[in-house]
Amino acid sequence: MYEGVVQNLIDELGMLPGVGPKSAQRIAFHLLAADPADVKRLAHALLEVKERVRFCRVCGNVAAEEECRICRDQRRDPHVICVVEESKDVVAIEKTREFRGRYHVLGGAISPIDGVGPDDLRIRELMTRLADGQVTELILATDPNLEGEATATYLARLVKPMGLKVTRLASGLPVGGDLEYADEVTLGRAFEGRRLLDV
Amino acid sequence: MRVCHLSLTDFRSYPSAEIALEPGVTAFVGPNGHGKTNLVEAIGYVATQSSHRVATDAPLVRHGAERAIVRALVARDERRALVELEINPGRANRARVNRSPVARPREALGLLRTVLFAPEDLALVKGDPSERRRFLDDLLVARAPRFAGVRADYDRVLKQRNTLLRTAAATKGRRRGPRRQDDEAAFSSAGAGDVLSTLDVWDSHLVRHGAELLAARLDLVEALRPLTAKAYATLAPASAAADLEYRTGVKLSTDCGRSRDILEEALRASLAEARQAELERGVTLVGPHRDDLHLALGELPARGYASHGESWSFALALRLAAYDLLRADGGDPVLILDDVFAELDGQRRTRLAEIVAPAEQVLITAAVPDDVPAELAGARFDVTEGSATRVR
Repeated sequence: MYEGVVQNLIDELGMLPGVGPKSAQRIAFHLLAADPADVKRLAHALLEVKERVRFCRVCGNVAAEEECRICRDQRRDPHVICVVEESKDVVAIEKTREFRGRYHVLGGAISPIDGVGPDDLRIRELMTRLADGQVTELILATDPNLEGEATATYLARLVKPMGLKVTRLASGLPVGGDLEYADEVTLGRAFEGRRLLDV
Repeated sequence: MRVCHLSLTDFRSYPSAEIALEPGVTAFVGPNGHGKTNLVEAIGYVATQSSHRVATDAPLVRHGAERAIVRALVARDERRALVELEINPGRANRARVNRSPVARPREALGLLRTVLFAPEDLALVKGDPSERRRFLDDLLVARAPRFAGVRADYDRVLKQRNTLLRTAAATKGRRRGPRRQDDEAAFSSAGAGDVLSTLDVWDSHLVRHGAELLAARLDLVEALRPLTAKAYATLAPASAAADLEYRTGVKLSTDCGRSRDILEEALRASLAEARQAELERGVTLVGPHRDDLHLALGELPARGYASHGESWSFALALRLAAYDLLRADGGDPVLILDDVFAELDGQRRTRLAEIVAPAEQVLITAAVPDDVPAELAGARFDVTEGSATRVR
């Protein structure tokens, strides 16, 4: 144990995801030795992120203003919505530059064990967005694990009466990988989701 | 298939051990509590990634050590594979195959296949249905490692669904009386209205994974039936015939087939029928997790009716049937006989010895050399105070 303030800092850092007690101690001593201006900038960034960043009124993505950059962008296709679990999934999809529609961030997936039901996710907001009939396709891009699949099934059933096109991201083989190294579940999924080769 | 070399670090009583093994019979002989079973347990662990003695990994790590490492060099025909498992209690285990890490330890399953006979097998006949379900599922995984994933998925869906049902039961219970503390949190955050709306979703996933497991178990039992009957007749010729039947709470009509689609439909229907009772009791009442493998001797159930000797023969017959099945798939599995001969009378001992003697590799543990039948003479290690020495 260290003197009060140092130990406080280590304890606080240790609560961050992916930071264990050893790393927390290392970061704390790095900060102690660092230039005061650098530390001030870090502290400022931390405070600012809590004060200024909010969640987009429309899609739930992190935003610096009332609406996020993507929702404000008039060039984005308003007819397609891609549903993801977290804001970081938006970033991952944006990096592909494949998708030109809009997003909806749920804020998690249905998981009774964690006490998360549909009312805890931004599903009501999604239904409101779909109500005006402008959206024609809903892409379900929740994680390909049990909870993500369950959430996708739930949403697909919920929007079924609306008659819009509902798609799920394909799961299967990684690009550049070897078939023989794929695990059997992934390979099985890839078989289920095989498609016609158009030549 | 055989194990050429076993090496242990901080596994059970062994700080370290290096044991070279040959094809044919090898016996580990030594007093009880000196570490014979630990050696064959380690080999069984490489094959199944679970112990035949304990349900959790923690006891496998030597007291005071942080992790245990088991390495086995496995030879199948001319091919060799080095399987390395790092057992980290409370954290994810890690595995390497031929010195390369694999993403998930279960990818190292299937490289070594074993059939293990142990005194604990008596529970297959006398114990709870969970023992027999585990026997079936372990055999499914040994035949097709993919089923490790199917079973894990099914268990996860089941856990989610049971939590949801408990929340629903708590919501109802609130009107009648006080709720349990842990349900309180789940209830307040999940919201009462959500419960039924998401139950259908979990049903559909439970049905999908459950039907896959059910279909595989039904096929497996059909394949085991004649093999078990034959093995039992060899071990106990004077006794009534042994038979197996998979008993499930899922209502299956007798005339239709057993395809996945039909089973999914049947499981869905059974869940719908049980829903009211499930909502009241807060637990999933139908599905593979409630099924049983029924064992019969003639007209009578083996459990409760079979004598001690008959029960032993039945347990051995099940293991021998599993051995036959794995052998038919290709690749003679390694046979492990942990302390079983001491439990058998002279006739059963001889019969079992005759059946297992031709196997590519047989590993035996015994407290005294006389417990090893003459038919199974071969290499011998003396195991005392946590060290194994080759003596023959």
